[in-house]
Amino acid sequence: MARRNPARDALIDPLFNNNPIALQVLGICSALAVTTRMDTALVMSIAVVGVTMSSNFFVSVLRHHIPTNIRIIVQLTIIASLVIVVDQVLKAYLFEISQQLSVFVGLIITNCIIMGRAEAYAMQNPPAMSLIDGLGNGLGYGAILMGTAALRELFGFGSLFGTQVLPLASDGGWYPPNGLMVLSPSAFFIIGFFIWALRTWKPEQAESD
Amino acid sequence: MEHYVNLAVKAVFVENMALAFFLGMCSFLAVSRQVKTAFGLGVAVIFVLTITVPMNNLIYTWLLRPGAMAWLHPALVDQDLSFLGFLTYIGTIAAMVQIVEMTLDRFAPPLHAALGIFLPLIAVNCAILGASLFMVERSYTLAESTVFGLGSGIGWALAIVALAGIRERLRYSNPPPALRGLGLTFILVGLMALGFMAFGGVQL
Repeated sequence: MARRNPARDALIDPLFNNNPIALQVLGICSALAVTTRMDTALVMSIAVVGVTMSSNFFVSVLRHHIPTNIRIIVQLTIIASLVIVVDQVLKAYLFEISQQLSVFVGLIITNCIIMGRAEAYAMQNPPAMSLIDGLGNGLGYGAILMGTAALRELFGFGSLFGTQVLPLASDGGWYPPNGLMVLSPSAFFIIGFFIWALRTWKPEQAESD
Repeated sequence: MEHYVNLAVKAVFVENMALAFFLGMCSFLAVSRQVKTAFGLGVAVIFVLTITVPMNNLIYTWLLRPGAMAWLHPALVDQDLSFLGFLTYIGTIAAMVQIVEMTLDRFAPPLHAALGIFLPLIAVNCAILGASLFMVERSYTLAESTVFGLGSGIGWALAIVALAGIRERLRYSNPPPALRGLGLTFILVGLMALGFMAFGGVQL
């Protein structure tokens, strides 16, 4: 059997085998409220991937200089500064979407994925690997976000990325939009069913509880 | 007075932090296995929210808002530091949590023993930062933000205690193995959120 490539594992593992949302229960806080439409979900995913990668990288570069007692606050400061950059960029170039995301851009700071990865991975590993780990976890988060958003937008508004796919009944088409999909509880149902599907496919992830 | 009661009711039920805005979900799902621990965390969240939201309101009003520093020196009237918001709020929250923990340890050891393990967790709870950001976005006054902080804390505590109560009973259920645990909890929270939507439009 060929030796497994650690960099490839760090990138691919979080997508299915160790998904931050489905298995580690991290970062659900801001995941659900931004998934009513695909464009906001995409912007949010890109922002989180960017912040996770760079925070992992910087925490890893500084890992030998951070005193253990105050590491949480140092990590928070690094993350908060990165999020400020993201927020200013969004306000400058994508003002409409930044208005829709409202407080949830700021909440990337307390997104547990970022803190979790900084604490669990970047504090022990060299910068390059931490960067890849951040990318993998960001993508694992983005994958669930995009999947949920695709379902909610398709069935809630009959569109994908704002383009009408299913002709709405109110405009003379055949599809009556499902109002529940636009409301918040549907996000919980979709992620719940998604976890169910993932754990049926990979039974070793099921909880014994 | 009516305005404040209305605001509190809205923060507790209609705009429940956990079930309407999904804030504080990480600890909401992780610490809701038992009613007792859930209650402890809920009380700690109420406590910290009631302190940090008005605190951040003061900082925003007197230091960060566009033109807020005019009271220091007339030349500072054009300063706009609101972009520093995120960093300042999270710093305030982390510092407040630390101070609260030390004060409790010194003056109320039983309370510290009960809340102790939850307090550090709270610094990175999205519900705490979220409430401060909502306060800025909706431009609440000092009194309004105190009521809002207290109300949203109570709402969050209510939701987590209710969820823990249901999950304690769920142990006797027999779901498909893959749905056990997290999957079922998600669907459960979805149903609770549907229930809380019945409060929508409640006005006093």
